[in-house]
Amino acid sequence: MKRVAYYKGCSLEGLAAEYDRSTRLVCEAFGIELVEIPDWNCCGSTPAHSYDPLLSAALAGRNLAIAADQGCEMVMSPCPGCLKSLKGAQETCEDPKLRKPFVDLVGRDVDGMKTVSLLQLLYEEVGPEALQKAVRRPLTGHTLIPYYGCLLTRPAQKAKFDDPENPVSLDRLLEATGAAVPDFPYKTECCGATYGVTRNDFVGRLSGRILDMAERLGGEAIVVACPLCQQNLDMRQDQINKYRSSAFHLPVPYISQVLGLALGMSPKMLGLDKLCVSPDILLEDRTQDREAQGSAG
Amino acid sequence: MRIGVFVCNCGTNIAGTVDTKKVAAEALGFADVVYATNYMYTCSEPGQQEIQRAIAEQGLQGVVVAACSPRMHEPTFRRAVEKAGLNRYMFEMANIREHVSWIGNDREANTSKAIDLVRMAVAKLRFNAPLFSSKMPVNKRLLVIGGGVAGIQAALDCADGGMDVVMVERQQYIGGKMAKLDKTFPTIDCSSCILGPKMVDVAQKENITLYAASEIESISGYIGNFTVEIRKKTTFVNWEACTGCGACMEKCPSKKAADYFNEGLGAARAINIPFPQAIPKKAMIDAAYCRQLNGKKCGVCAKICPVKAIDFEMKDEIVTEKVGAIIVATGYDLFDHAVYGEYGGGRYPDVISGLQYERILSASGPFGGHIRRPSDGKEPKEIVFISCVGSRDASVGRPYCSGICCMYIAKQAILTRDHLPESNSYVFYMDIRSPGKNYDEFVRRAQEEYGVQYIRGRVGKIYRRGERMVVQGADTLLGVQVEVEADLVVLATGVESSLGAGELAEKLRISYDQYGFYMESHPKLRPVETNTAGVYLAGACQGPKDIPSSVAQGSAAASKVQSLFAHDTIETNPQVALVNERNCIACGKCIQVCPFGAIQWKELRGGIKKAEVLASVCQGCGVCNATCPPKAIQLQHATDNQILAEVNELCA
Repeated sequence: MKRVAYYKGCSLEGLAAEYDRSTRLVCEAFGIELVEIPDWNCCGSTPAHSYDPLLSAALAGRNLAIAADQGCEMVMSPCPGCLKSLKGAQETCEDPKLRKPFVDLVGRDVDGMKTVSLLQLLYEEVGPEALQKAVRRPLTGHTLIPYYGCLLTRPAQKAKFDDPENPVSLDRLLEATGAAVPDFPYKTECCGATYGVTRNDFVGRLSGRILDMAERLGGEAIVVACPLCQQNLDMRQDQINKYRSSAFHLPVPYISQVLGLALGMSPKMLGLDKLCVSPDILLEDRTQDREAQGSAG
Repeated sequence: MRIGVFVCNCGTNIAGTVDTKKVAAEALGFADVVYATNYMYTCSEPGQQEIQRAIAEQGLQGVVVAACSPRMHEPTFRRAVEKAGLNRYMFEMANIREHVSWIGNDREANTSKAIDLVRMAVAKLRFNAPLFSSKMPVNKRLLVIGGGVAGIQAALDCADGGMDVVMVERQQYIGGKMAKLDKTFPTIDCSSCILGPKMVDVAQKENITLYAASEIESISGYIGNFTVEIRKKTTFVNWEACTGCGACMEKCPSKKAADYFNEGLGAARAINIPFPQAIPKKAMIDAAYCRQLNGKKCGVCAKICPVKAIDFEMKDEIVTEKVGAIIVATGYDLFDHAVYGEYGGGRYPDVISGLQYERILSASGPFGGHIRRPSDGKEPKEIVFISCVGSRDASVGRPYCSGICCMYIAKQAILTRDHLPESNSYVFYMDIRSPGKNYDEFVRRAQEEYGVQYIRGRVGKIYRRGERMVVQGADTLLGVQVEVEADLVVLATGVESSLGAGELAEKLRISYDQYGFYMESHPKLRPVETNTAGVYLAGACQGPKDIPSSVAQGSAAASKVQSLFAHDTIETNPQVALVNERNCIACGKCIQVCPFGAIQWKELRGGIKKAEVLASVCQGCGVCNATCPPKAIQLQHATDNQILAEVNELCA
């Protein structure tokens, strides 16, 4: 069993609790042991790095240091924002000028740790082929839109995963469930991020565009791997509809929830009922319609 | 030995951070130094006269100049001391500019380092001995590597001068990238009409030997006497017999071969003559697509060929040519835009490269000169051009400007309007770079007379919407985001070094930069020479260039060769290895390590074997010197004694 330190971050404690639950279930199904970092603390998020980069590095770095003390070489964070902070801590530790103050604050170095997103972990440690073999409830006949958001593969020199401008890892995993996955041009466009709080007209425009494109491509759901993207696209979908005078009704499940479904797990366990826009449409079994669809198309 | 030391101020280049007076004063205290002074510009005429006067008045037997890099002015000063009656090798140079004054501001440390360097040079000079060169005949034949417009120009210039020229071209045809172009900027004259006659000249000149579909296998020798092995790649067609009638192409059943000439837009036959004006007009079989060569029953071309030229058993052949000079004109390749995920990474058939669009515009291209888009053959109405794709972008490792794209986009936009008057063209650009005779006026014409919409800003994304492509970018002059729905997107793909440029450079023993472009000997004053004597550069192999510059360089390189060939002999370099036979133990190690095969056995009376250096082949690398156990083999002008004298001074 592969041992991976698990840094879930604050979102997964609250609004994105279903992301946490489904992540644990899917990892367990593939024999990945998630070791939750004991006494983990906030990664510092936007306030820390805009106030003091060293503070930000130290806050995130403390979690890496604890993980290293636990004997883990890999840390996975499902939240791309947290992941960026963790990678920032590693970068600081490798910087000859900042190494000493960093180590003084954190108490040890964090050399040799690998930090990955849930997507990277599933793509590299499990892979589409193994996933395809494990599928119990194929999503054949469903059209899923892969949405990566801005941070999952960027900045390229930090993320070091997939193509920064045209990533395909999520596409490949979703295809393995049997679903149809169109080429989504807005897969790395901005959702509006934290402007959801201060200027939700921004989110109305930016997330609105994403929903609009997803609908045009015949998508039934937008699959995400970031709690903030999920909030903007799902929780704020009503606001967006108001802003645009539109009537989007697109469920926005997490990658772990969709894979969990395909593996045959119960929607309840995966927390699908926690989504604002009901994802019930994904529960329709269309495997029998295949022939009918084929002749119709 | 009576030694004179001359410390150069180089204006303020050296004197600004080095106390040259003090260096000269210190030098007076070194062994054998009888005269030392500093001077404003030692390389100037009065500066050289000052050295010559001192040699005469002080009876100097050796001279040290502490100044710039010997790469530039060592020949200058060697000539100066020679004129004053000294042997040119009784001269040493200490580099106190590039190695001292330009790299540090600490005057005291610089002065001290300059003194050390002068002390080393003096110590070495004390062991110098006069060396004499001999004369070698010059083989007045020229090798031109690359048959693009630069190589063609160089070959024709030299052939016109009565010299024998050997031209080697990797492709099946000559003409290079220019042969693929439709029209040329800024005059919109037809590329094949101006290049075609030159290509024909190459074929018809009796003193030009053309090896197409051939590559350089190896190069040995030195200026005046190179030996070149050329690999004639198998074409499966006997070119002596082939008349270029094209009957084989018509009947070839393998119709989906890669069409390299049309940049992959069309499909070629497995046996192919790439375009009607090809020189040489000979057919060649693409082994990857030939049915017969892939074990299927076919052989149609062999049956149809009226002169029985097809030979499926043909193998590569190596021919040897002897030449006295080499012009390298290997050109460039186009940046592959697949790394730009945001532009589709090569997934969209209607997002094409600049050269592909050139083929679409060309009357001999895949669509006969009618502008159609590759995906469905429809006439495009809205066309977007994007500049700087693979240029001026450090994130893809191409920080340099390709120099030609701004101009070729303007040309293509003008031609588009000529072909399709109802169409609209948009150009996303970073800056417009159009320095050149009539260049900026040309771009203006595109904007003002042809109504091409120039939008200053980068494109962030291209994606498909229905049958069209959406180009999403910024207009940085208006500060807004813009979206253009286009039928066709042309990427102004930049210039990169020719495939395999590095390997060829190693065969030629010339240097190249981090992008694979060949290094000229001096960026301003020796633009077509390399640091390997007898090897010259022309065209885009040295850096991105347009046609006028490439042609100018082709002629420049040709004139360099003609001045070399104006002499019947050249002086050899006496800085070569020499065997002291009394110390040689005949172990043969030097023969094994010599990279140039310049050392051989020599038999003395009584059958005693000794190593012997062929002075004309030796390149003076010194590997044998370092290897020889009893130190019997010594590289002249860099002997063990000379180098140890320098080291001793440094460590003293």
